[in-house]
Amino acid sequence: MEIEKHIKRSSRSWAAILVLVVGLSAILFSIALSISVGAADIRLTTVWDAVFHYDSRQTAHAIIRDLRLPRSLADVLVGASFAVAGAIMQGMTRNPLADAGLLGLNAGSTLMVAICFAFFPGLSYQSLIIWSFFGAAAAAGMVYGVSALSRGGVTPIRLVLAGAAVSALFTSLSEGIAIHFQLSQELAFWYAGGVAGVKWSQLKLLAPWIVAALVAALLLSRSITILSFGEEVATGLGQKTKIVKLMGAMIVLVLAGGAVSAVGPIGFVGLIVPHLARFFVGVDYRLVIPCSAVLGSLLMLWADIGARMIHPPYETPIGVLFALIGVPFFLYVSRKRKGEFA
Amino acid sequence: MKRRAIVITALFFLLLLVVIISLNTGASKMSPLEVAKTLAGMGTAKQELILFEFRLPRMLIAILAGAGLALSGCIIQTISRNPLADPGLLGISTGAGVMVVLYLSLFPTGTDAPALFLPFLAFIGGALAAALVFGLSYEKQEGLLPGRLVLTGVAVAAGLSALMTVLSLRLSRELYQFAAVWLTGSIWGAAWEYVWALLPWILVLFAFVYYKARVLDALSFDEATATGLGVSVAKEQIQLLAAAVALAAASVSISGGIGFIGLIAPHLARRLIGVHHVYVLPASALLGACLLLGADTVGRAILQPSEIHAGIVVAIIGAPYFLYVLARSAR
Repeated sequence: MEIEKHIKRSSRSWAAILVLVVGLSAILFSIALSISVGAADIRLTTVWDAVFHYDSRQTAHAIIRDLRLPRSLADVLVGASFAVAGAIMQGMTRNPLADAGLLGLNAGSTLMVAICFAFFPGLSYQSLIIWSFFGAAAAAGMVYGVSALSRGGVTPIRLVLAGAAVSALFTSLSEGIAIHFQLSQELAFWYAGGVAGVKWSQLKLLAPWIVAALVAALLLSRSITILSFGEEVATGLGQKTKIVKLMGAMIVLVLAGGAVSAVGPIGFVGLIVPHLARFFVGVDYRLVIPCSAVLGSLLMLWADIGARMIHPPYETPIGVLFALIGVPFFLYVSRKRKGEFA
Repeated sequence: MKRRAIVITALFFLLLLVVIISLNTGASKMSPLEVAKTLAGMGTAKQELILFEFRLPRMLIAILAGAGLALSGCIIQTISRNPLADPGLLGISTGAGVMVVLYLSLFPTGTDAPALFLPFLAFIGGALAAALVFGLSYEKQEGLLPGRLVLTGVAVAAGLSALMTVLSLRLSRELYQFAAVWLTGSIWGAAWEYVWALLPWILVLFAFVYYKARVLDALSFDEATATGLGVSVAKEQIQLLAAAVALAAASVSISGGIGFIGLIAPHLARRLIGVHHVYVLPASALLGACLLLGADTVGRAILQPSEIHAGIVVAIIGAPYFLYVLARSAR
């Protein structure tokens, strides 16, 4: 088949293997580094001991076990989530600028979290995650719905604009709720707190969702590759595009909603990483998705380390760091693909 | 001709109505009769204090800033030939905000001194952001690319607001509070000195833009037609853009990060009154004033005693309107 050949010709499995191997070892090293960097400097050998020869009497071990380790693992999970969600969105919508932040999903989750804080203060973390999905889904539905209703259908510009407007609306509503219920500080803490406050209990609840969604993404990856060549091509090849899109959307919502519920709205990870992955491995999403997951984790770990080192002892919000990297990148992408955005 | 006069008169009375409602709204209730008495100099000392020192300046600021943002949006939409453009979307408001926060972090002592100085600083910030956005969306051969203008604006605004977060996190607790209130779009400078700081900007710039109404009409056509009509496009674009930046930045410097008014007001004005800027400009200004004053009043009224900032109310009205316009737009 013509398209299969094309996909094969423009993908590089060897590069993917390289990215995965190098990436995974870099992740392990970065986790160790991330654990040792911080308010209390800890030596790498102590990190090793804390993980493999845990001694509850040593404070360093306790810090590592209770604070640093969950934080690093959260970086890995959340980075992979945002990146894979971005990759799926970019593949499905054929929009190189798609990202959970830009398309309003993060704002939707934030609004739901604000509502939960205000009206159901005793809510369990498990329910918070689920409501966060619903928030993301509502925002995604609005953004996509408005774009699809327009004359001329869904275009990248329209998606970004609708995303900006829905984000503005949901953010304003969250702020309104936060001000009225005097939750500003709680919400701001959650919003900017990033990965600092992640606890084991949260991780245990979050990890199954995210791992399941990542596996589902891998299973769906072949269909996404075909869909990324356009709906007509996909239908021509006998794909049930509606089902693929629905599955893809569900995966995106679980990934983005779950990640936001854990660390707050972090944009631009999902924009940058899939571009990097495609740059390395080509157009086949069977390679792009696992590589995005690895690169996303790595980027998140590094950003988190950076966030702690810029202005110690304060932590720079990680979302801010990503915006500062992501915005020039966004501009670069939108300039490079001149034709689509003129 | 007649219809236009009726529309403008109607808008004027609408503004008057919002003013009356706003005068009677607030933490301490005043009936219309009491307001009238106080205005005539027969109120109690407390009533005079509330009316003259708190409510009147705040209302005037809302009216001026609303008009300024609306005019700015009107100019930007015409110049970029993009019905979805507005000062917030193009990063002008955020750029102005960054400067204000930067000033606060460098000179943490003075939130009271710079009444006349803040609009000026905000203007520089807004102008820099606008220059960046326009520069990035300009191609030598093709001129200004409207689609990219919007994308670039969204991106630059996101980057600048990240920068602003970094800056504001370094502020002291009090100043952070001040900055946070400012950023969500609350009319914080509710005092006469801010009215006097804002008034000349808006009046002078309105006069200038109104004088250029015919030029704006010409610029709303494509470049060749505008040149054919005897307009030197590049020069006029830059002048008018500077005016738009100044209007938006001055308004934002006192009313905070308020978006969407620059989008909605000119849009509604055009639907009500047609495309000629001689009518669209004053109609936009009146609508913008009504919107911001209305939003401020609603924000003060609905959840007493806590107060929803005008910027939030505007976004709750403005975002759906934006989506509606987006859904109807052809590209």
